[in-house]
Amino acid sequence: MTTAFTDKSGPFTHAPTSVQATMTAVLVALAPATLFDLWLFGWPALFLFAVTVGSCLILEAACLSWAKKPLQPAITDGSVVLTGWLLAMSLPPWTPWWVACIAAFFAVCIAKHVFGGLGQNVFNPAMVGRVAVLVSFPVQMTAFVPPHPLFSAGAPGFLDSLRITFGAGTLDSMTAATALGHVKTELSRGIPVSTSIQQVPDFLDMALGFHGGSFGETSALLILAGGAYLLWKRIISWHIPVAMIGTLLVLGTLFHALSPDRFTSGLFHVVSGATFLGAFFIATDYVTSPVSKQGQLVYGVGIGLLTWVIRTFAGYPEGVAFAVLLMNALTPIIDQHFRPRVFGRTRKGDPLPIKGGK
Amino acid sequence: MKLFPVRGGVHPEYRKERTSESPIVALPMPRLLYLPLQQHIGAPAEPVVAVGDLVKKGQRLADRTGPVSAPVHAPTSGRIAAIADFAAPHPSGLPQPTIVLEPDGADDWTDDLPAPIDDPFNTDPAAIRDRVAWAGIVGMGGAAFPSAVKLQLGNERTIDILLINGAECEPYLTCDDRVMREHAAEIIDGAQIMARALGALGVVVGIEENKPQALAIMGKAALGASGVTVVAVPAQYPMGSERHLTQAIIGKETPARKLTADLGVVVHNVATARAVHHAVRFGRPLLARVVTVGGGAVKEPKNVEAPLGALVSDLVSFCGGLSRPPKRVVNGGPMMGAPLPSLDVPVVKGTSGILALTAEETNEQPSQPCIRCGTCVTICPCGLVPVEMAAFIRKDHIDVAAKLGVRDCVSCGSCSYICPSHIPLVHYFNYAKGLLNDLDREARKRDHISVQVETRRARLEKIAEAKRAAAAAREAQKAAPAAAPTAAPTADSEARA
Repeated sequence: MTTAFTDKSGPFTHAPTSVQATMTAVLVALAPATLFDLWLFGWPALFLFAVTVGSCLILEAACLSWAKKPLQPAITDGSVVLTGWLLAMSLPPWTPWWVACIAAFFAVCIAKHVFGGLGQNVFNPAMVGRVAVLVSFPVQMTAFVPPHPLFSAGAPGFLDSLRITFGAGTLDSMTAATALGHVKTELSRGIPVSTSIQQVPDFLDMALGFHGGSFGETSALLILAGGAYLLWKRIISWHIPVAMIGTLLVLGTLFHALSPDRFTSGLFHVVSGATFLGAFFIATDYVTSPVSKQGQLVYGVGIGLLTWVIRTFAGYPEGVAFAVLLMNALTPIIDQHFRPRVFGRTRKGDPLPIKGGK
Repeated sequence: MKLFPVRGGVHPEYRKERTSESPIVALPMPRLLYLPLQQHIGAPAEPVVAVGDLVKKGQRLADRTGPVSAPVHAPTSGRIAAIADFAAPHPSGLPQPTIVLEPDGADDWTDDLPAPIDDPFNTDPAAIRDRVAWAGIVGMGGAAFPSAVKLQLGNERTIDILLINGAECEPYLTCDDRVMREHAAEIIDGAQIMARALGALGVVVGIEENKPQALAIMGKAALGASGVTVVAVPAQYPMGSERHLTQAIIGKETPARKLTADLGVVVHNVATARAVHHAVRFGRPLLARVVTVGGGAVKEPKNVEAPLGALVSDLVSFCGGLSRPPKRVVNGGPMMGAPLPSLDVPVVKGTSGILALTAEETNEQPSQPCIRCGTCVTICPCGLVPVEMAAFIRKDHIDVAAKLGVRDCVSCGSCSYICPSHIPLVHYFNYAKGLLNDLDREARKRDHISVQVETRRARLEKIAEAKRAAAAAREAQKAAPAAAPTAAPTADSEARA
C-alpha cells in the first residue's frame, strides 16, 4: 500500500512563480537605467549604490536575527536588495555614506521591520528612507551635481570619489539645481516659468537623462524601457503608471494653458524628476499599493494629483516621494472600497436579477 | 458561433501529451470489485442483494433511496463476497458501506434489462428520465450529481441550450478527449436524447481549443445531427466550470445561488451523454467509465476503461505500476482533484483521473509572506479578493470572509496555483466553507429545535386548555346537577308528596 499525503487541498500543481522570480525581474528592469546613471555620475554613484544596498542587507539580517526569524529566504528573495536599490536611485549621486546608512535604517528597520517585515509594511520602505533623510539633511539631499560621465574630463577620479562619498568634504561648488528645483527657485524670485524654463536642459536631454538629478531617476527613456519590460512580463499592470502619469500630464497641460507664467507644462512634469521612476517602480510596489485594478487606478490618480500639487504649491520642488507615502496611507481604505464585482452578483453584493423572467 | 469573454483564469501547463494520443484500453477484470453504495451526491443506495448471491452483469445490486440518489449495478457477473465497510475514495480514507463482488469471469449479462427505446425523439421525456435514473447515471465530469434530477430542470423552465461540457480544462486529464475522439457519434446521440428529455431547443458542445482532433471529429459527427453545434472555447482554466462555460457560450453570468438552468442552460459532461446513449439505445446501466491514469510517477500512463469498483491499485499496476514514490496521489485533476491517502480505494462513477504526481510536478514550496502582488485578485474567475479573504480566515474572522464572498468561491484553485508566495489559499477557503456549513447546519438545527419546542409548548398549551375546558365542563356539569338536584328533590318531594 502506497501512502501519500492528504494534509492539504489542491491544486497539486503550481505555476513557476516565486517571490524571488518577481523581485529578480524588477531588478533586471532597473538595471539599464542604473548602469546608465552609474556611468553618468561616475565612481561616487557606484560607492553610494554599494553602501546603500549593502547597509540594507546588513540591517535586514540584523532585524531578522533580532526578531528570531530565519534569515532564509528573506535575505535572498531579492526584496531587501530591491528596497536598497530603489533607495539608492532616489538619493543625489554624491550623497555621503552616512546619509545613505541613515536612510537605509529608516527604510529597513523602521518602515519594514517595525511593521512586521516583508508584506506587512504600510509605507514604501525606500520612500520612507528617502523622505526621512530629505527632511533631516536638506543640504546633503539637495546637493545635485551635473553629470560627470565616468572617465570624462572633469569627472572625479577614484580617490576623489572615495573622498566625496566617505569624506567630510563640502561640495557646494559642484552642485547645480535640478530642472524642477531651478523653476521653483526662479518662481520664488518672481521670474515666470516661461522664462526660467529656457534654462533647463532641453526635452531630449531630459528624456535621455543628460541632466542633474537623483542618482537613478534621470533617464526617462531607460526607465520607461524597464517599465515596458515589467509590463511585458506581467509583473506590473498599466493601471498605476498610466493613471499617475496621465493625471500629471492632464493637470500640467490644463494649468499651463491657463497661465503659462505660473505653471510648467504637462510634458515637463512627465519627463522631469522622479515621475517615471515613481510611476513604474515605486508606486507599483506590491505591498503598499491596492490589490484590485479599480483601486490601482484611484491610487495612481491620487499620486499624480498629489505630486502635481506638491511640485506646484509646496515648498519642495519634487513631490513623488511624499505623494506615494500619502497614498500608501490610503491603500487599506482604497482596498476596502474598490473590490472587483463578484461573479453573479451586483456591485452591492446582491445576486444578479434574472432577465427575461425565466 | 460568437463567444463571450470570461473573467480571469490561468493557463496551467496542460501536460496532456503523455495520454492524449493513446487509445482507450479496457482494464482486465480485477479479482474483486468494491462498489460503494454512495458514488453520487444524495442519499446512499440500499442493497437489494445478500452476501453469497450470484449476480449477472447489469443486475441491480442496490436501489436508490430517494429523489436524489442513484442505484448501483453489477459491472460483471459473479458472487457477492461481502457487504461491508471499505475505504472510500475520499481524502479521509474513511470506510463506507460497500458491496464486494467476486467476478466469475463469465461476464454474463442479465436477461432482466429493459428494452431499448427505439425512437427516443418521439418518446415521452419522462420515460427517458426514468431510464436515466434506472441506469444509475450521475455527472461523470466529477461532480457525480444524479443526471436524471438534472434532466428534470426543463419541467418548470424553458431550456434553450443543453450545453455538453467537453472543455476538460484540468491538466493531465484526457479521458473526455479520448471519449470524444473514439465515441463521437454516441455522445451526439446521447446529447440529442438528453435535449429531448429536457425539452431543450438546441445542443452546444463546448470543447477547449487545445483539443483540435476532438473538435474535428465531434464537428464531423454533429454534421448529420440537427440542432447540434460544436464550439471551440478558449483554453482558459477553469473553462470547464459550469457557470463559466455557460458565460462563454451565452454571455450571461449565473446569479449567485441560482442555477444555470435559470438562464435556460443545462450543462452535462460528454461521458454522461455517452452513458445516456447506452441506457436509452441498449437498455444498459452505467457499469464502467474511462479514467485517465497519469502523472510522472506512473510508468505507462493510459486512458483505461475500468469497471466501477476496480481498485485504483489495479489500474496503476495495469499501467506498469509506479516508477517512483509519488508525492501526491490525486483523485481527479491536479487543480480541483482531492488527495487520496492510498491506492486501495475503488474507482467510482465520478472518478475522471488518477494521478500519481512527483514532487517536481506538484512544485510544493513552503509558504512565504504575502507580498500583496494582487495576482490572485486579477485572475479570480469569481471576482473575489483571495488575499483579503485568506487573511481574515487566518485570524478566524470567518464571518468577514463570508461577507467578502467566500461561499461564491468555486475552489477552482487558480489563486493557489499562481501565488508567488505559495500560500495555500484554496485550503483556507475550503476550511472556511466547512465551518460555515457547520454553522448553517447548527443554525438549521437550532431553528428546527425552536420550532419543535414551540410546537410542544403549543401542544401542551392545547392539552392544558382542553383539560381546563374539560374541568370547566365538569364543573359546569357538577353545577348543573347541583342545580338539578334542587329541582329534583322538589320533583322527588312532589313525587313523594
